[in-house]
Amino acid sequence: MTMKDVSQTITMLPGDEIRQIMWRYADRFDMQMAVMGARSVARGLIARLVADGERNTHDWTDAKNRMYQAFDESGITAAGLDMAYGGIIDGPRNLALSLISYELAWVDGGAATTSLVNNLALGPIVEKGTPEQREKYMRACMPPAPGEDRKIWRGSFALTEPLPYVGVDTGVVSGRVSVAEWEEGKEPILQVEKRGRFITNMAVANFITAAVDTEDPRIKTSCMVILEESDEGVFDRGTPTHKLVHQLSNTADPIFSLKIPASRIVGGYTIKEGVIIPNLTHSEIIEAVFSRTRVGVGVMSAAKLLSAVEPLIRYQRGRFRGAAGIEAGSPRYDLGLQMKEDALHRLADVWATGEAAASLGFEISRVYDQLTLIEKEAHQIFEAQGVTGGRALMKALRKPQSDAIEMLRLMAQPEGARDEARIAELKADTLVQFVWLSAVGNVLCPACKLWDTGYGANMLREAVSLMGGYGITEDCPGFLFQKWTDAQLEATYEGPEVVQRRQISLTMNNEVFLAQIELWVAELRLLGAAKPETGATALAEGFELWRWMLAFIGDAKDANGRPLSQSQRHGVLFPMADAISWLLAVRSFIADVQELAARGPEHPVIGPEIAGYINTLTDLGHMQVARAAGEVGRIGAELVYGYAAPAEQAGEAGSAFQKLRAKMEGSLAGSRLAKDRVGKALSQVMIPEALDYPL
Amino acid sequence: MTNGFQIVVCGSLVPDPLQTLEPVTTPQGPGLKNETMLPSVLDPWSAHALFEAAHLAKQVAGSKVWLVSLGPKAKLQQLMMTVAQKVPFELVALDGSASGFTDAHGVAAALADAIGAIPGLDKSRLLVFGGCASASRDASVTMQLVGERLGICDQFVGVDEIHVQADGAFSVLERIEGGEYLASTCAGAPAVLAWATGNLPEPPNNPQIGMGNMRGVMPALQKAKPAAVGVGGIAYAKTEIPAQKRQTRIVKDASTDEIAREIVEWIRQ
Ligand SMILES: Cc1cc2nc3c(=O)[nH]c(=O)nc-3n(C[C@H](O)[C@H](O)[C@H](O)COP(=O)(O)OP(=O)(O)OC[C@H]3O[C@@H](n4cnc5c(N)ncnc54)[C@H](O)[C@@H]3O)c2cc1C
Repeated sequence: MTMKDVSQTITMLPGDEIRQIMWRYADRFDMQMAVMGARSVARGLIARLVADGERNTHDWTDAKNRMYQAFDESGITAAGLDMAYGGIIDGPRNLALSLISYELAWVDGGAATTSLVNNLALGPIVEKGTPEQREKYMRACMPPAPGEDRKIWRGSFALTEPLPYVGVDTGVVSGRVSVAEWEEGKEPILQVEKRGRFITNMAVANFITAAVDTEDPRIKTSCMVILEESDEGVFDRGTPTHKLVHQLSNTADPIFSLKIPASRIVGGYTIKEGVIIPNLTHSEIIEAVFSRTRVGVGVMSAAKLLSAVEPLIRYQRGRFRGAAGIEAGSPRYDLGLQMKEDALHRLADVWATGEAAASLGFEISRVYDQLTLIEKEAHQIFEAQGVTGGRALMKALRKPQSDAIEMLRLMAQPEGARDEARIAELKADTLVQFVWLSAVGNVLCPACKLWDTGYGANMLREAVSLMGGYGITEDCPGFLFQKWTDAQLEATYEGPEVVQRRQISLTMNNEVFLAQIELWVAELRLLGAAKPETGATALAEGFELWRWMLAFIGDAKDANGRPLSQSQRHGVLFPMADAISWLLAVRSFIADVQELAARGPEHPVIGPEIAGYINTLTDLGHMQVARAAGEVGRIGAELVYGYAAPAEQAGEAGSAFQKLRAKMEGSLAGSRLAKDRVGKALSQVMIPEALDYPL
Repeated sequence: MTNGFQIVVCGSLVPDPLQTLEPVTTPQGPGLKNETMLPSVLDPWSAHALFEAAHLAKQVAGSKVWLVSLGPKAKLQQLMMTVAQKVPFELVALDGSASGFTDAHGVAAALADAIGAIPGLDKSRLLVFGGCASASRDASVTMQLVGERLGICDQFVGVDEIHVQADGAFSVLERIEGGEYLASTCAGAPAVLAWATGNLPEPPNNPQIGMGNMRGVMPALQKAKPAAVGVGGIAYAKTEIPAQKRQTRIVKDASTDEIAREIVEWIRQ
């Protein structure tokens, strides 16, 4: 068996063993069990709810409410908690939560949201709360042990407010906190006025973490506060949002007017000269929490794309069976629509998008797991150095930043010729790790949320269209219509596309990230030379072109003399954010396929069949590289020529661009043949007799 | 009953019933297309036996459950990620083929040896559970052969219910023709019970149980002994999927009465 023997293709769609290797949890039995627990709930209760039409109302019915108990019993709730509070995942939980989100969204995105929202509410407390707050609320959210008589608490996270208040711009909060009573020597009592819009979990929430600002001179800054349903005042759950999507989560516009003790300020406070100073502002907390939780949303869209492949194959193959004149055993009977190249190619596009989206989502989840392990240590080091934040922190990061860049550049040099001792030394440095992982995470995370949900939604529409009229009916196998329209919400909540683009347009300039790109380019060139069939060379050229474009916009002015790189120039920066997201997604996918190529052959179950999997997944990656390169070329052309005056034709920059673009496009050889092979594989792959969840 | 039962459940994996099962001939004899890759589940009949065993162990203080599984080790491991979350048990793993074409005599011998080798086994407390049939190896003789090899003569086949009395004696309901039951009483262990469906639903996954079981599952898989089972002396002349006889129709919103009436009419035809 040689890997270059491209004749062998995938025998069945990738199963658990393949996924465990690709997404790197083959030796994590806790995660594998969590996956199985989530899958049984998804393809059991949740699929039943959808099939029974429970999504046809936005009301929170008893049937829908049963999901909570199923989540509690199967460990889905506990997966978000520390081991000390009944948790089931030892250590960081980002990858585990992404896998659970994947399993649930495979059937229904709203149900996945319901499972994750408690982590969103707890997030500020877990990440930034005082020890007392962590203890109280984590314990309250612990599923009761069998026989234990205790009501479990559930939470909501309330940032968004009724128009015209916070939405995309989280900075302008209108919710207010003021001092209600403050007796000498006693804990201050605060008055909270907060109206929420689109707040998930409000039908059941026992506590809310809410973002509030202040106009009271006795409170220094904005903050987050914890509200409880039994607090004195108004706790109005509000009217349910009339949602057209995600009906298996509950959302409402609540109104709170409550008195709470100051100890409910998330992260605590100090008092100085009669003024309450919250230790953390609302935006500091939101920054810390959302950056991680939004990955799970990207993974949802990825799961839905991959879940569409099997029902689509089945539909295509069975399309003409039973028609007059179509004899069993004839090609039309056996292959149906799969006789047509276009049907196969479009299905391949849906599949490739799903793979790249999932790989990107799981890669950033792993980055956050690593980061979780070291960030505490990093903060301790800063504390020991007396670094408290702001300027001092920027200064303290300077050295590790240049060290990280040095390390990445060294790693990009050929093996054998580079200074391994220095690399090892730098790698062992906590602060170097910290700035490295942060820099990568700060781009990968918004890229995942942006690309997976945004482009994912487009491709889910494509999936629906491949089912023809069936696609828009309630009876469509795999609930594709719901999955498509749900993706629109996934692209919106937890920071809509504009927020992600804005974040990338800042973080993509980080020198550490740019050094990481250099390293990726070096790795991809090596891979491309060894295995041209991966398309890695074209991807390397794509990254090079993007780097050139970044440098270009950094210097260039438009025909009117206005710099292209102005921070408000969304027309320039946002397409750059899109372009890098395309490249990052397919890079993650190729890396996962290489992991499979390295570790798959020795696997006792899949080893004998591995060549077919590697060939077909490599081909999928190759065709996706071509798609991504096409986007980067198009975006580059618009930016380079689109701002120039007609007479200029972008001058020297134009010819430099053309050269690089031609190099990238010239290396696309074989990518379309790869697509043909994927199409063929899709027409031959063995699928189960029936879908394993109801219609 | 002072010390409780030692309940040993024999059960292994079968291909997920929703998968496409296509018989093919391999160099090792008959098999299924893409057999190694097919996702598997715990054989439904032995799954019922396992859930009944756990239920019984809970009722009779001091009882303990083992699951003896003969299957490809790596596939058993995958299966355990689900099964280990269902009920508490200790795994005894045997590494060998779980194909539907293995010879029941060889399998029974391997299982009986493994049961006999369980440390601290007390035959006077032993109940051997298993399925009365299998979703893939439907010879319907394996449990009886295991019993014979262990010298256990009290055997019940097609069991749906066991009811234990305070003195350790128990009554059993076995399925017989015509939808009727044969009710028997047995003075006590040892006995073999080959289960039909029993009465219990599949327990939901419980990660706490899973974490408890996994402590023993991984070592058990690591030390799983190879079991040389195969088609034995059987020569398969032909293998094929049974022809589908059911006529299926998809209807929406039909009442239970209507459905029942139709089924009765269909049976009468
Ligand atoms: C079902 C559902 C559940 C939700 N759950 C929660 C929850 O539990 N807790 C919570 O706090 N929130 C929740 N949200 C709110 C969600 O996060 C917001 O809807 C989202 O952040 C977008 O805000 P908005 O709807 O006000 O849109 P807007 O802010 O009006 O944005 C609409 C569009 O305007 C443009 N735009 C806005 N601002 C800018 C800008 N600065 N630059 C460029 N373009 C801009 C963009 O095109 C953007 O897509 C939920 C929403 C929904 C629909």
